[in-house]
Amino acid sequence: MTGPDAPAALRATGLGFRYRARGGWALRDCEFTVPCGRVTAIVGRNGVGKSTLLHLAGGLLRARRGELRVLDVVPGTPEARARVALLTQDKPLYPRFTVADTLLMGEKLNTSWDRAAAENTVREGDIPLTARVGELSPGQRTRVALALALGKRPELLLLDEPMADLDPVARGEIMATLMTEAADHGTSIVLSSHVLPELETTCDWVLLLRNGRVELSEDADALRESHAVLTGHADQEELLTGPADRASLPTGPAGRTDTPAGRHTVVHRRVGVRQMTALVRQRGPLRGDWHVERPSLENILIGYLQAADPQGPALAERTEAAA
Amino acid sequence: MVEYRIDRGSGVPAYVQIVEQTERALRMGTLRVGDKLPTAREVVAATAVNPNTVLRAYRDMEQAGLVELRRGLGTFVTRSLARPGAEDDSPLRAELTAWTARARAAGLERADVLALVTAALDAYDNEQHSKEEDA
Repeated sequence: MTGPDAPAALRATGLGFRYRARGGWALRDCEFTVPCGRVTAIVGRNGVGKSTLLHLAGGLLRARRGELRVLDVVPGTPEARARVALLTQDKPLYPRFTVADTLLMGEKLNTSWDRAAAENTVREGDIPLTARVGELSPGQRTRVALALALGKRPELLLLDEPMADLDPVARGEIMATLMTEAADHGTSIVLSSHVLPELETTCDWVLLLRNGRVELSEDADALRESHAVLTGHADQEELLTGPADRASLPTGPAGRTDTPAGRHTVVHRRVGVRQMTALVRQRGPLRGDWHVERPSLENILIGYLQAADPQGPALAERTEAAA
Repeated sequence: MVEYRIDRGSGVPAYVQIVEQTERALRMGTLRVGDKLPTAREVVAATAVNPNTVLRAYRDMEQAGLVELRRGLGTFVTRSLARPGAEDDSPLRAELTAWTARARAAGLERADVLALVTAALDAYDNEQHSKEEDA
């Protein structure tokens, strides 16, 4: 499915971007493929490059290094514009327009337009077509912006934190609209979000960013199946990572130690006086006496995000271990 | 028609929840051979889960021989898991209902009731097991 010839919603090769010529890299050495027909969550802490990546995919920014393809075409080209819709965080709408005017604008500006799809999206939110956009609640404005995006009948829908500033009910409704769109048309959806519980049952692909690099690009169920939360006596740690010659092993992009097959990768761990709890990527059978729990997607993502915190305890522990 | 409820906090993957709820409905007899499962779109619209999740659950059940996908028609139940005696109106069910009422009246909490049933079931199975070994 993810081979070089399979159709990809997003494909990055050596992608790098910085906002100013001499500035720091917002994204660097990004190498990943998101297959078509997936609902992908872009996850990462503030400032890791989630919005930058979506703006690049939407054609609002241009890659400085390497390349990014959307549906195997260059972002921002007429073909890409016709097949890709981007909903940015600021949701640019004209406040003085009515909802009907806004949808009419969508119809005029796009070469193909599904009026029924756009109007249904608005109607599902009980938004009157005669209401002025400036008078709508944040949730309703999101819905109108989404209606504009869905009216294009895009093959790829990019959403930058679509659920921010929405109440839980509105979030659930918007999510149901997105999932139904994916079910009806096989639309590929890529959305960034900080609300991890919401991703649990909605996303089937995860793109985890850390400091401008891609740390995970993987099927969500595969992540759930390959990770385990272990609780046990702290002196058993060697059993997880193998003999103490870790310093000689190559170091992964996250500063964690890459382990050869048959050993497990400790993503994040908490050590008490005697007990330790660790999120591990399991390779092969476990040795030692561990209480094993299957983590939720949220547990896994939190583990990676915590491990990725340069100020967090995880790095201090790793430094110790490497010394 | 079976209606799925997805518990997001349970840690059980959504596709497993769909399979389990279908199996439970089959055991209870609320879902029978020939019944049609809701379409992926209907499940998605009702629960806001990822459509691929529903398709995966249906595919797993098809491989297990529980359901059959008929192109253009939908997904249909092909095998029953119902055991005689497990229906809503069975004598066993009625006895259990009466027993549950007595247990609750005696002040047992839900967890106590479940623990008691599990213990009785374990003891019975162990006894059967050792009988088999003696034989």
